[in-house]
Amino acid sequence: MSDITANTSVPRSAPRREAPVATTGALAWLRANLFSGWLSTAVTLALGYLIVRAVMGLVDWAFINAIWSVPIAPNGQAQTQACRELQGSGACWAVVTEKHRFMLFGTYPYEQHWRPALVCVLFVGLYVVSAMRRFWNWTLVPIWMGTLTVIGILMWGGVFGLPYVPQERWGGLPITLILATFGLAFAFPLSILVALGRRSNLPAIKVLCVLYVELIRGVPLISLLFMASVMFPLFLPEGMNIDKLLRAQIAFILFAGAYLAEVVRAGLQGLPKGQYEAADAMGLSYWQKTGLIILPQALRMVIPPLVNTFIGFFKDTSLVLIIGIFDLLTAGKTAIVEPAWQGFGVEVYVFVGLIYLVFCFAMSKYSAGLEADLNKHRRR
Amino acid sequence: MRKPARPFLRRVLGAAALATVVTMPALAQQPAPAAGTSPTLDAIRARGTLICGVNTGLAGFAQPDSQGVWRGFDVDYCRAVAIALFNDPERVRFVPTTAQNRFTALQSGEVDMLSRNTTWTLSRDTSLGFDFTGINFYDGQGFMVKASLGVRTARELDGATICVQPGTTTEQNLTDWARSNRINFRPVVIERLEEVVQAYLSGRCDAYTTDVSGLAATRSVQPRPADHVILPDVISKEPLGPLVRHGDQRFADLLRWIHFGLLTAEELGVTSQNVQQMLNDNRPDVQRLLGRTGGLGQMLGVDNAFMVNIVSRLGNYGQMFERNLTPIGIQRGPNALWTTPGGLQYAPPFR
Repeated sequence: MSDITANTSVPRSAPRREAPVATTGALAWLRANLFSGWLSTAVTLALGYLIVRAVMGLVDWAFINAIWSVPIAPNGQAQTQACRELQGSGACWAVVTEKHRFMLFGTYPYEQHWRPALVCVLFVGLYVVSAMRRFWNWTLVPIWMGTLTVIGILMWGGVFGLPYVPQERWGGLPITLILATFGLAFAFPLSILVALGRRSNLPAIKVLCVLYVELIRGVPLISLLFMASVMFPLFLPEGMNIDKLLRAQIAFILFAGAYLAEVVRAGLQGLPKGQYEAADAMGLSYWQKTGLIILPQALRMVIPPLVNTFIGFFKDTSLVLIIGIFDLLTAGKTAIVEPAWQGFGVEVYVFVGLIYLVFCFAMSKYSAGLEADLNKHRRR
Repeated sequence: MRKPARPFLRRVLGAAALATVVTMPALAQQPAPAAGTSPTLDAIRARGTLICGVNTGLAGFAQPDSQGVWRGFDVDYCRAVAIALFNDPERVRFVPTTAQNRFTALQSGEVDMLSRNTTWTLSRDTSLGFDFTGINFYDGQGFMVKASLGVRTARELDGATICVQPGTTTEQNLTDWARSNRINFRPVVIERLEEVVQAYLSGRCDAYTTDVSGLAATRSVQPRPADHVILPDVISKEPLGPLVRHGDQRFADLLRWIHFGLLTAEELGVTSQNVQQMLNDNRPDVQRLLGRTGGLGQMLGVDNAFMVNIVSRLGNYGQMFERNLTPIGIQRGPNALWTTPGGLQYAPPFR
């Protein structure tokens, strides 16, 4: 018995060998996903060729052949011949170089541009602070009040040695941010009230809310803006004027309110009846029930459609162009009215589009994170 | 003379059948201003600034430059009024107005005057309740074709494809003209200016039609302007000028005579460069224009030297034209003084 065990070596495991190159790592992935058969290989090669061509074309257009600035004649006329000779083979970023301040700030007095610039920074800061959950308590109210007051002071001026700037000279990005921020800040609470009202047992409130939502949703935003801009002033006695921006702002709030109300209502409907009954059984009042039990759950469920509406609404602000307010997009369009710059719309739209993209993408990413965070208990 | 207050307003309201209670105060008859007073001028003086409705962006006429300062021919007329009233071209607020909201802006008092390439028509003068105070630019619809096409007159466009923008009277004029001249054409209707020009340049259309001023501006920025010909035919009349609310004759008079003053200055050779020397010119016409004699400014309710102030800052009519419209390729054409053959700009005696 013992003689076998004494000198026979325990069979040693074979030296470790790497898995065949073709079955792991990037190469295997490529083989499995892109080159698994002749058809797949052909499609990969064809699409790869197209993608490379497109990217190279874009790089050529946007960077290599692009012109970044052109000389300006002493009479203020830009000499854009160099750009025109490209015949579209390269971007004429000179239009952005020359006109970016007009596109961003519109007809705001040139030497005061730091004020709207600071306003944009403040808005972004306000969004970032509001996004942090550490501030989700009563401190947010004074923060918003304070920031909006500072923004108002900066834009209008007339105090602290800042020259007064009337509203019709405002333009560009601050207008877009003002319309979107105030629009959503007022429309969201409004929409919650309307959504609750629509499910109320009190007939008068219910009818009022249904009428409001259906009337506003039944007409396009453009016609609301027209009403605000063209018809409303006729109802006022002569000489009395409500600021054009304010009229548009109110139209936006009403419009967004109606759409958001339906989103919020969807959340309220989606909540199981047991939650309402349980809250009632605990003896909570209507507002306690709504504030502590119903809304936190309902709103959490509707984050994706809410953000969808927010993003759509942010972009809808560009419709104010039809009533002659220079928002970001309108200012961009106006920048290329000058004959010297006519024909360089693509560059301007790319510039404006990127700004919209940054804001909308940030909103979208943040909401995705928020949604994942708040709905952890639902994940399986 | 009593006139019903703002008939257009009533029409809109009648159609809109909206909350009549709200509209009652607006419907009340406004007392006609007594002769010699001007509610608009009083309001402007009390406010300290003129509010002028301009285009949201039209090359050469009204357009913010890279620094956001409004420039253009129509803009200069607003500044001229501000100079007449306050001797300061900066005391004017420009309200950009679109084709849709320009008339409401004026009717509702949001702006004091419109200087916004608006065509003088009978209905605008009467039922919309406005007063046009003169024609500072004679425009008209024309055609542009490629020189290689060899077309000499618009009549030869039979069977052609014509690029046109929808919405304004341009499309209507084109159809009317084609019908009365028995011309068949295929319209290519494209909404955006940039795209319609691109369609014409790429050869999708044989001709491009819009107002001659617009054609000239487009042509001037092409790499080789000589490749494009603006045909001599003008198929519509587009007399453009500033307008004010009906019933404020004194304000209308002021605008009218600022325009005539600018023309008279060009006629007499008074320019922004020589206006100070011209003060000593003893020709009676010059003396009257520059307010040395006659007290004409006071009759309009402004400083007697108002034309000196305007011309020294903005130049005369010809100088305003050269500064704003010549660089974008617009010829004087019918906007030359009447003393030039083909010129239509004629001012009544400044006395």
